[in-house]
Amino acid sequence: MTAPTSALAELCADALAALASAADEAALEQWRVAWLGRQGGRVTGLLTSIKDQPADQKAAFGAEANRLKRDIEAAFAEKHEQLKRRTLRELSTTEAIDVTLPGRPQVIGRLHPVTQTLRDCVKTFGEMGFRVAEGPEVEWASYNFDAMRIPEDHPARDMWDTIWVDKLIDGERKMLLRTHTSPNQARVMERTPEPPIRVIVPGKCYRQEATDATHEWMLTQIEGLAVDEGVRMSDLKGVLYDFSRKMFGTERKIIFHHSYFPFVEPGVEMALDCFICRGEDPACHTCHGTGWIEILGAGMVHPEVIENAGYDSNRYTGFAFGIGVERVALLRWGIEDIRHFYQNDVRFLSQF
Amino acid sequence: MKLLLSWLRELVDVDLPAPTLARKLIDSTAEVESWETIGADWDPERIRVAEVVAVEPHPNADRLRLATVETGAGRQQVVCGAPNLAVGQKVAFATEGALLVDGHTGERAKLKLRPIRGVESAGMVLSEKELGLSEDHEGILELPADAPVGRPLVEQLGDVVFDITTWANRADLLGVLGLAREVSAITSKVLREPDLTYAAKGPDVGALVSVSIEAPDLCPRFTASVIESVTIGPSPAWLQERLHRHGMRPINNVVDITNYVMLETGQPLHAFDFDLVRGKRIVARRATPGEHLTTLDGVDRELDGEMLVICDGEGPVGIAGTMGGGNSEVSDRTRNVLLEVANFKPGSIRRTSTRLKLRTEASLRFEKGLGPEMAEYAQRRALHLFEALTGGRIASGLVDVFPGKQPPRTIELPAARVEQVLGMTIAPDDVRRILTDLGFVCHFVPPGHYTVQPPYWRPDVAIPDDVVEDVARIYGYDKLPATHLRGPLPAPEPRPVEDLRERVRDLAVALGFQEVITYSLTEQAKLARVVEPGDARRMAPLSVVNPVAARHSFLRTSLRAGLLEAYAGNRRQHEGPLRLFEIGSEYLPVEADLPHERPVLCALLGGTREARWARAGQHRIDFYDAKGAAEALLDGLGVPASYRPEPGYGLLDGHAAVVASGKELLGVVAQVHPDTAAAFDIGEPVFLVEFWIEDLARVLPERPEYAAPSRFPEVRQDLALVVDVETPAGRVLDLVRAHRSGTVRVAAEVFDDYRGAGLPEGKKSLALAVHYRASDRTLTDDDVARIQAGLLKRLEKEIGAALRGG
Ligand SMILES: [Zn+2]
Repeated sequence: MTAPTSALAELCADALAALASAADEAALEQWRVAWLGRQGGRVTGLLTSIKDQPADQKAAFGAEANRLKRDIEAAFAEKHEQLKRRTLRELSTTEAIDVTLPGRPQVIGRLHPVTQTLRDCVKTFGEMGFRVAEGPEVEWASYNFDAMRIPEDHPARDMWDTIWVDKLIDGERKMLLRTHTSPNQARVMERTPEPPIRVIVPGKCYRQEATDATHEWMLTQIEGLAVDEGVRMSDLKGVLYDFSRKMFGTERKIIFHHSYFPFVEPGVEMALDCFICRGEDPACHTCHGTGWIEILGAGMVHPEVIENAGYDSNRYTGFAFGIGVERVALLRWGIEDIRHFYQNDVRFLSQF
Repeated sequence: MKLLLSWLRELVDVDLPAPTLARKLIDSTAEVESWETIGADWDPERIRVAEVVAVEPHPNADRLRLATVETGAGRQQVVCGAPNLAVGQKVAFATEGALLVDGHTGERAKLKLRPIRGVESAGMVLSEKELGLSEDHEGILELPADAPVGRPLVEQLGDVVFDITTWANRADLLGVLGLAREVSAITSKVLREPDLTYAAKGPDVGALVSVSIEAPDLCPRFTASVIESVTIGPSPAWLQERLHRHGMRPINNVVDITNYVMLETGQPLHAFDFDLVRGKRIVARRATPGEHLTTLDGVDRELDGEMLVICDGEGPVGIAGTMGGGNSEVSDRTRNVLLEVANFKPGSIRRTSTRLKLRTEASLRFEKGLGPEMAEYAQRRALHLFEALTGGRIASGLVDVFPGKQPPRTIELPAARVEQVLGMTIAPDDVRRILTDLGFVCHFVPPGHYTVQPPYWRPDVAIPDDVVEDVARIYGYDKLPATHLRGPLPAPEPRPVEDLRERVRDLAVALGFQEVITYSLTEQAKLARVVEPGDARRMAPLSVVNPVAARHSFLRTSLRAGLLEAYAGNRRQHEGPLRLFEIGSEYLPVEADLPHERPVLCALLGGTREARWARAGQHRIDFYDAKGAAEALLDGLGVPASYRPEPGYGLLDGHAAVVASGKELLGVVAQVHPDTAAAFDIGEPVFLVEFWIEDLARVLPERPEYAAPSRFPEVRQDLALVVDVETPAGRVLDLVRAHRSGTVRVAAEVFDDYRGAGLPEGKKSLALAVHYRASDRTLTDDDVARIQAGLLKRLEKEIGAALRGG
């Protein structure tokens, strides 16, 4: 009995000694294959040799061998755990990385600031139930002007310097680049048999105008139109008040003041309280010391425009407004020059 | 329009500070652009009114004189160089320490007195320049004769000048009177109208001149008066001063009166030298086409048959409402004056002044629509001034031809309409008070409506809502509440193309592209670089008549040119990768209709890949980056697509593909031809991705092709296929991916394209990772072997593919 038992003890001592000298995961794996490997592992071999033992010693030998295997396996597990701990320790000490090195660049695209602003506006009005419609940028003079009560030879045409398209149909139908999105008031009403109407029409407009820090000849507008029974100017104020607070901060105040657009009556301009100087800087570049920033034109749809759509102007009233998207973007981000928008310099665009 | 506070105060009491008055005018009436305070730095102690009581020669200098002035605090002697100095004049007199503009340097400085050519000077008699009023340094400033000696000059001449932009429908606001009426209504102060009285001591005007209107459609009213034996001379100082401050040059008392009354009432007037009016008659008629007239500015003008001319017995003497003729101009020799005050059709005057490119103070007023009754008002006001300032004898009565006379307009305004439009109620008392202050006649007829007569100077008021506006703006929009829209929501209109366009925009951004927006107008030469010469539609872009610049003369028929320019511009600014896109319209001409505005996504990319610190990033973005972006975008939309080589104009052959889905062509992926790129000043490979949104919308699946994810594992097998070099990898992939076997789906990717050693001539090896997955079971090795055998058989049959080393 002693011979096999001492042989087992010797084997165990050898195994544990070899295990102790395994310095890393690779050496440990080598050890595991050599001792515990399914094929040719010395401990595994020991177990397969149980059946070769004399019958009377089989049970004792088997018990001893299995105990030895458990001990060695436990030692292995402990050693494995030790090495894992050590590796992790090294990862956080000697192998610590310089986290201040820049990350590998990932590509990110951006929307143009005018698109971003346009979308924010559209979303804000969308939440108030305004649907989006669009209309052509190249437009008939009849829609751009006549339908908006701006006949030829009317001084109000001075308000919109027009870029004319070199094309005349049937010797009388003039084509132009729309100067505002307002012709879509007529277009939307034309295709709506009966109110209610609640739409916004975003899009590009064009003006025959010299450019400077506040003027650009290509611009983006949002036209708003609501027509129904019971639409009041106070609703217009409510809608624009909500819009202003959403875009420029909840503490914003707005005022209406008198204005004139031939297609609305009454006509107003809306101004925001100056959030740059809070009305305290007489030299403020944003409000010119007035404390108010003019931001958009609006009014109640002229009864004639309502009647032209085939609606009864005694029953239906409406309001309309027109917002310059670039102007909103300039204000919300404190951009000093409108000409940045269409220069398409990525150094500008990528800041928004 | 300028508004002088001093003039305004003549007509209505104003005690508001300038900023407050400006704010009130903006809120209710017109746009106040700015204001300027005259005399803000005139020291009231040191700059005062004085009277010249004696003028003597300077003992030591021929060009200087010694003046004695009465300052109110004693007489003082000053040395003066002004040629126009005379005894009896009221002048502005400054003593030591007054802040003045130096006549020579233009700088502001305190007055320091020193002897001039050996004679002490106690102060200085001032010119306009020294007061900062104008650049005039020639002569001293002469004050009105009634200016009280010793009065601080700032009280005498100080003023606030408002710069006001009035609206296009309010001719009445182009006169001080109109603005004063507004201020009176806004502040509830009484309006004092100008003096219209005079004594007509001359003969009956009807015996002196006759007037006929041959074009009553263009000339609703024509009034004329005659003033005989006028003494032509300079206007009094106060009148000249007012003209100056309105930016007008005083000429003589007669012309100045017409300008003054225009500034006061808004109604233009015209004075003729009556002795030059041939036949003593005036005819208002359409011009004969081709007729000529030399206007007061000395320019010979050719007229057309729609222009109204004012003629005497022999021919044109003025272009109606625009400018008089030189042939009947008032001059120093004028003795008798014919004064025309008429009313013309606004559109006609605007048309004439536009055609002649002759915008005048008169035409700017007429085109906005004056009430015809204003003509008579301005006549009376002018005659009052003629009597006072010219010494002339006024003929009795007025010649008044008034074919356009209308009965007073009455507007019925239901009281409920005020609330229906505004959303607030305004008490009848307030409505009546506001309208009355504005000059309306207003009666409240219980239970619920107003009968309103707009005043004759307000032809812009035509409908009840016009009246509502006048009430609201004076009542104050600050009182308007902010309410919520009520009522049902309209049904949404479907907008498939626009919705898709926005999804594509988001996908482009998600793929790392920066959005740009380029101008819709470009040059034909630039379009020609990117548009196929055979593309008749795109090669004939619509042009505009009056571009802002020559480089913006044509509506683009391709986005590529603008985007290439944007790419080049950014490349000049920085190195590294560039990924730009725009979604905008091509404007494709359509016969006899508006152009087709075709939405397109155009994207460009190129340059070196993002640099990494671990590894120099010298790998260039290439065609497959562009294609990868296209694939990812279509994948994002769920649109299956195929790519096939196809040359394109401005694109590099062999590096260009069209994208198709079924029969529908969706766009292009290509390298821009290096010559085309070079034409836009781009010296590196640059790649294009273009998608046509409308075409894309036609193949967009209504909803994703959904299938529940399989619960069973996938088996991957790598295949190395040997095929002809000409066989496109896309074809191989299409075949593999299309392979089906029962419930098994096959997915595949290419991971290598090998050519060279070890392969037969003319062959290449494509390494594919093929994934098999069944929806109903775990695939066994046998299953996979069977499916793969089928697949290989098919590949061999279709494209002669063989397994490498097989
Ligand atoms: Zn401010």
